[in-house]
Amino acid sequence: MEAIFGRLSLEAIPYHEPIIMAAGGMMALAGLAVLIFLTKKKLWGVFWHDWLTSVDHKKIGIMYIVVAIVMLLRGFSDAIMMRTHQMLANYPETGYLPPHHYDQIFTAHGVIMIFFVAMPLVVGLMNAIIPLQIGARDVAFPFLNSLSFWLFVTGALLVNVSLVIGDFAATGWLAYPPLSELTYSPTVGVDYYIWALQLSGLGTLLTGVNFLVTILKMRAPGMNLMHMPIFTWSALCTNILIVAAFPVLTATLAMLTLDRYLGMHFFTNDAGGNVMMYINLIWIWGHPEVYILVLPAFGIFSEVISTFSQKKLFGYVSMVYALMVIAILSFIVWLHHFFTMGSGANVNAFFGITTMIIAIPTGVKVFNWLFTMYRGKIVFGTPILWTLGFIITFTIGGMTGVMLAVPGIDYVLHNSLFLIAHFHNTIIGGAVFGYFAGITFWWPKMFGYRLDEKWGKRAFWGWLIGFFVAFMPLYVLGFFGMTRRTNHYANDVWQIWLIVAAVGAFIILFGIVSQLMMFYVSYRDRERLADVSGDPWNGRTLEWSTPSPAPFYNFAQLPVINDLDALAHLKDSGWTSDKAPNYYSPIHMPKNTDSGVIIGLLTFVFGFAFIWHIWWLVIASFLVIIFFVIREANKRDIDYIVPVDEIEKIENAYYKRLRTAHAGDGL
Amino acid sequence: MSSTETMHTHEVNSNLPDDNGEELLPSDDHHKGNIDYFNHSDPHHPDHLDAQGNKVLGFFVYLMTDLVLFATFFAAYAVLKVGVADGPSPKDIFDLKFVLVETFLLLISSITFGFAMLGAYQNNMSKLKLWLMITALFGMGFIGMEVYEFHHLIVEGFGPDRSAFLSSFFSLVGLHGIHVTAGICWLLFTLFQLSKFGLSERMMTRLRCLSLFWHFLDIVWICVFSLVYLVGVAL
Repeated sequence: MEAIFGRLSLEAIPYHEPIIMAAGGMMALAGLAVLIFLTKKKLWGVFWHDWLTSVDHKKIGIMYIVVAIVMLLRGFSDAIMMRTHQMLANYPETGYLPPHHYDQIFTAHGVIMIFFVAMPLVVGLMNAIIPLQIGARDVAFPFLNSLSFWLFVTGALLVNVSLVIGDFAATGWLAYPPLSELTYSPTVGVDYYIWALQLSGLGTLLTGVNFLVTILKMRAPGMNLMHMPIFTWSALCTNILIVAAFPVLTATLAMLTLDRYLGMHFFTNDAGGNVMMYINLIWIWGHPEVYILVLPAFGIFSEVISTFSQKKLFGYVSMVYALMVIAILSFIVWLHHFFTMGSGANVNAFFGITTMIIAIPTGVKVFNWLFTMYRGKIVFGTPILWTLGFIITFTIGGMTGVMLAVPGIDYVLHNSLFLIAHFHNTIIGGAVFGYFAGITFWWPKMFGYRLDEKWGKRAFWGWLIGFFVAFMPLYVLGFFGMTRRTNHYANDVWQIWLIVAAVGAFIILFGIVSQLMMFYVSYRDRERLADVSGDPWNGRTLEWSTPSPAPFYNFAQLPVINDLDALAHLKDSGWTSDKAPNYYSPIHMPKNTDSGVIIGLLTFVFGFAFIWHIWWLVIASFLVIIFFVIREANKRDIDYIVPVDEIEKIENAYYKRLRTAHAGDGL
Repeated sequence: MSSTETMHTHEVNSNLPDDNGEELLPSDDHHKGNIDYFNHSDPHHPDHLDAQGNKVLGFFVYLMTDLVLFATFFAAYAVLKVGVADGPSPKDIFDLKFVLVETFLLLISSITFGFAMLGAYQNNMSKLKLWLMITALFGMGFIGMEVYEFHHLIVEGFGPDRSAFLSSFFSLVGLHGIHVTAGICWLLFTLFQLSKFGLSERMMTRLRCLSLFWHFLDIVWICVFSLVYLVGVAL
């Protein structure tokens, strides 16, 4: 049996854990509902041809965002469970989550929120917008883009499968050894962790290569680097960071894999292994990762502030320099994550100072945003609310970050809830608010209608108030000495603050429910909210010159760029969206391919087989993957020319819609 | 557009000319004072997807990520090489003469790959194929010697699970070996594709990428030879 199934047996399914079985059942039901819906509506063909096998960056972007939102619900369920558990776990009570399960929940929460919510939102928004912003027809490597997406899906699937088959890591989201070594984590939990991150990390790495080349080589004629929209700049910095940092994650996880699978001694306690090397390596990736998440959010805020203040971004050049300086500095601060390692006063001082220096370019950005709004005509739409909420929240998070950057203070606050409050303050208040602003801002471009403002504002207030109620108590608890990842405690003073924090989590839940309502209401009222012109916010950058949603070839004719804020410049010189060009030319486009989805799902089998030590399946799935790679490499028929009459048909339909809408305005 | 900005544009966009040797951008006068808002591209050359040039740059960026991967394993080796755990130290197990032969096999294979590329540029298929095959043979010789060395060490009881030093040694050198093995497989696959498709523009791009890959592995090996074997024996 072991030759066939490896370590997998029916005992791997946790029948005796009602919470897990209920969660798994819910997921199975939701999946089943989607399958039945697709079958009933006979949508399988459309789903396969138009979505799963698509190499269109706009569709891949939407798929990233959909998966991210689904995973957000899963990660947030973990958060609610932790908050309610800790609220109840004061002596003599011990809460409702047994320690081993609780440990898996905080691990899964961190892993899911960073790798399967924040990362796909970044990559999804880059996919949806970057080629449109730089006047390109697709990314540099469309097939690779599809493959990246499916590798990411593989990782997300593995994390979800671990819920019902076996268990997940109970080590914390970075799986520090020696706890994550085989001796102390003998189950498959850490193996799920390793393969989920390794495969989705490979997808991210390929995305980084892809977008780096796209931004450097595919810009419209005339768009030099200092004409690029600021979001594109932030994406360029992020992709440089991905390319430079993610291989370190790959290598570190590979070393942990070798320790666990082949008995090596990279990070073991015995035989010369060095535990602190893991912690150094993982943070050499991990700190740039923080900026990979937040820089695109900075770019989004810059676009939103400039558009909704209806003027040029203040200090564009200093913004670009600030982004680059942050990107470079992010590589020389990693040790501040473990000042208590004991590397000595001089080393700690160096890393403390470099950390504080990052506050300078970040401060430059904050002042630029404020000066952009100064004397602007601010339109208080939902995107600018997220932005204003961000500026206040993120500034507080930044200040507590500078506090933690002082090694002396860090010795007191290390591993306490103060740290948890700090990084949620920057990740929620910085990165996540940014993605939500971006989703609201670019939704019309992705789907052709705006999002409902009423529910959007409710969502914003839910998140903002909920955030402060949930996380400010954690700062206090940190000062009281409460450590992170505590399962139960005996302290009445702590409990009051934990109750407040749990209330905050439920206010955030209200925000999330409002967002789901917002998606539903907006879809229902899509006629009312329709974005006919393709430019609902009086935008300044190129993506708003296309119809909403943009046709698959993006631009019927490629624009020529002469200035920063290309569209604002075009509008000033008399361009309007309803003037059709004199003639069209044929367009060269990549064909869809099923290789991405097939190879992606095969890597799932490959990873699953590795996790359960099913060696024959490891070899078999690897060979099949190679077969499909060869098949793709031997394909000759990978692109086609879109003829002029097809372009004309699509474009004329758009101009007809525009005219009808204008006629309606006149009445 | 000022002249400095124009130069800047070219600097970024034209470091790799497309296959016709043309610049990617329309020449300056094309958009200087352009009253039209759009770029009317030539229907016979209908796009700006300079796929082949992009691929070489993309592959180069991938190689740089690979370099970071190797760098991480080098760093791990540097940290762990003192972790011998009463087992053998570098001095006890490295045979410099053996490794020197191995090194020369790989170095010569880089030269032969260079001859193959000369054949490709001269559109001389038989020359290209012959030198590719010779390159593959040298590569296999290198891998064969490495497998022999690894086998020998494991049989002696000095396998990767013996100590942290041996773990990092086997992983670093093995990582390079896996890359060379993948390179040989890719090379054989390229020979197959050359027979099938001839020396098309796409195949030329793939050859360029493979050649970058092969020389890259050579450079990494020079670092392995110097930092692992030479330093290991000297200290």
